[in-house]
Amino acid sequence: MTLLEIKGLTIDIARDSGPARVVDGIDLSVTEGESLGIVGESGCGKSLTMMSLVGLLPNRIRATGGKALFGGRDLLKLSAKELRKVRGSEIGFIFQDPMTSLNPVIRVGDQIAEALVYQKGMTKAAAKAQAVELLALVGIPAPEERANAWPHELSGGMRQRVMIAMGLAGNPKMLIADEPTTALDVTIQAQIVDLVRELKDRLKMSVVWITHDLALIAGLADRIAVLYAGTVVEDAPVEAIFDRPTHPYTRALLGSLPTLAGAAMERLPSIPGTPPEPGRRPPGCPFAPRCGFVQPSCSQSVPKLQAMPGDRRHKVACPVVLEGVA
Amino acid sequence: MTALLEIRGLAKRYDIRLGAFGEKQAVVRALDDFTADIIEGETLSLVGESGCGKSTTGFAILNLQRPSAGSVRYKGQDIAGLDEDAMRPLRRDLQIVFQDPYSTLNPRMTIGEALAEPIRFHGLAPKAEIPARVTRLLEDVGMTPRFANRYPHELSGGQRQRVAIARALACQPRFIVCDEAISALDVSVQAQILNLLLDLQQKYGLTYLFIAHDLAVVRHISDRVGVMYLGRLAELAPSSALFAEPLHPYTRALLSAVPEPNPRAPRNRQRLVGEVPSPLNPPTGCRFHPRCPLARDICKTSVPDWREVGPSHHVACHAVTGPGRTNWEGPA
Ligand SMILES: Nc1ncnc2c1ncn2[C@@H]1O[C@H](COP(=O)(O)OP(=O)(O)OP(=O)(O)O)[C@@H](O)[C@H]1O
Ligand SMILES: Nc1ncnc2c1ncn2[C@@H]1O[C@H](COP(=O)(O)OP(=O)(O)OP(=O)(O)O)[C@@H](O)[C@H]1O
Ligand code: SF4
Ligand SMILES: [Mg+2]
Ligand SMILES: [Mg+2]
Repeated sequence: MTLLEIKGLTIDIARDSGPARVVDGIDLSVTEGESLGIVGESGCGKSLTMMSLVGLLPNRIRATGGKALFGGRDLLKLSAKELRKVRGSEIGFIFQDPMTSLNPVIRVGDQIAEALVYQKGMTKAAAKAQAVELLALVGIPAPEERANAWPHELSGGMRQRVMIAMGLAGNPKMLIADEPTTALDVTIQAQIVDLVRELKDRLKMSVVWITHDLALIAGLADRIAVLYAGTVVEDAPVEAIFDRPTHPYTRALLGSLPTLAGAAMERLPSIPGTPPEPGRRPPGCPFAPRCGFVQPSCSQSVPKLQAMPGDRRHKVACPVVLEGVA
Repeated sequence: MTALLEIRGLAKRYDIRLGAFGEKQAVVRALDDFTADIIEGETLSLVGESGCGKSTTGFAILNLQRPSAGSVRYKGQDIAGLDEDAMRPLRRDLQIVFQDPYSTLNPRMTIGEALAEPIRFHGLAPKAEIPARVTRLLEDVGMTPRFANRYPHELSGGQRQRVAIARALACQPRFIVCDEAISALDVSVQAQILNLLLDLQQKYGLTYLFIAHDLAVVRHISDRVGVMYLGRLAELAPSSALFAEPLHPYTRALLSAVPEPNPRAPRNRQRLVGEVPSPLNPPTGCRFHPRCPLARDICKTSVPDWREVGPSHHVACHAVTGPGRTNWEGPA
């Protein structure tokens, strides 16, 4: 069953010079118990897309079109009060920047406990005990003692794990994790990935995992959506993305990946040029100025996501490569 | 090969208070007995579990947090514990890109001002040239000059991280601590910045202390790699040797946990078992012994010596019996 369905989502930034479009018609869906990986160039709109779902867009940024249906309701139409109820208990959210979302003057255990009191109506004492359990669950050593730490007394990776514990605190139906493991070493990463996978299976929790770490997501996601400049350019089961990356951007992205097996100390291939800024999108395909497969027709109209011949679940927004494989 | 920084016995302890009312005192032994030379023009990487003391090492070397013990020799003087006045002339040479870029960018300063400030402060360019410098710095890290007018909160996570890198480069330093400096970047931008760092190194002989958890990236850019465990160096070796033949049991466990970019890769690799111990109360002897598959009695009581067991290959482990040989048979 589909749990979340985003259709034609657009997000605009209000600038003095007028609105600048940053998310340009995103279509995405997540079924119950599925884990969706979202990858894409820095600045392409991943965080803003997810923040729009839980009503946490920054000032001057608004969802201006489209729908985000979650269990039958359009999240974009909910009041602030209704959204507050959705956050935490139905949708758990792990933010990209742990220092900005942890309150620096509240001990970390108390922050988690507060969320539990608020979301689950626990007593203070029960919430405190549960907070310590959650800290242990995400692999924080000496959790009883660390519950009393101030955020600045924790290492970067520990702060990230506190965030993960808070995201999981309300037993949400869907967990949205925005770069949750950027500061974690591989052993803890593996532990978190195991934990999330287990919760997903046991509680049928859906997971949306934003990351640039392709190796990590390979082991976690069922499906991957590749974003570029505020649009989805490829959406496919994880095996298909790694076996048959099709959109020129996806191919270039995978081509830049350093591996443990490759030659060391050589220049890594990177994609020349920079992505378009919000409000300064070229006409037609947004990747055209950097694309190695570009044709004159590419700048005429914005390509639509289309299924690959023979694989309904593998969708690509590039007529040029689609013609090539047909 | 000359040492840019000679680090001897560097240690950092934090005094903290525990208990609901802060009634108990405790000491976090975040870093102990760190001894190494950082060679001019090299990239030395530090890897290890979250909380093992990598950032602390970077702060202590740069004297951003006063070390509790040890010395750091730079240009003939010991900078460990120098006061800020004495440090000021050295700050330009010794830069850091912090792990948490948001906390270091002034929210009320535009990106352009944030990049111009160090150039002006250290008198690195005449006033008229500063805007051009700022433009160049932004371009170097793959951002358009228009970002100069934006504020930090208007940037995505990866864009902020790139501004932090540009700010360190603005000083034209000799040494940069890059603390998870590229961890929030997609692989293509990552590649672009790594290439930039390599170019600058070749051109100006820059030296890097690179802290990262992505071992594929570490292998790619490092000359040498240090592996830390719970506040101590466990192994330090040329990158090629470390990845080809890791000797310390912890290094082996770490390398086997590296995920592969392949959805069909087997998922049950060797996982480290046991509780991650706490630096509040580190284990006696070898700090890795409660989780080590090879631990013997001696490991519980005596701290293993820091020994050179191969060319520039140092290990702290009782089980490594001699140059390049390891007692993998385990408990006697
Ligand atoms: N508060 C804001 N005001 C103005 N522009 C913003 C704001 N927040 C983000 N932007 C811009 O919107 C675009 C999308 O930002 P978003 O944070 O969604 O990117 P992202 O895909 O999450 O990138 P990253 O991988 O670097 O975190 C970026 O170009 C960014 O500069
Ligand atoms: N200001 C502080 N007060 C008390 N303890 C601290 C402080 N800063 C760091 N610590 C502790 O010192 C230890 C080492 O922290 P450090 O930040 O150096 O780890 P790290 O290796 O950089 O970890 P990560 O990979 O998670 O960033 C941790 O246990 C941390 O909680
Ligand atoms: S000294 Fe002993 S416990 Fe420590 S790593 Fe070596 S064998 Fe394991
Ligand atoms: Mg983001
Ligand atoms: Mg750190």
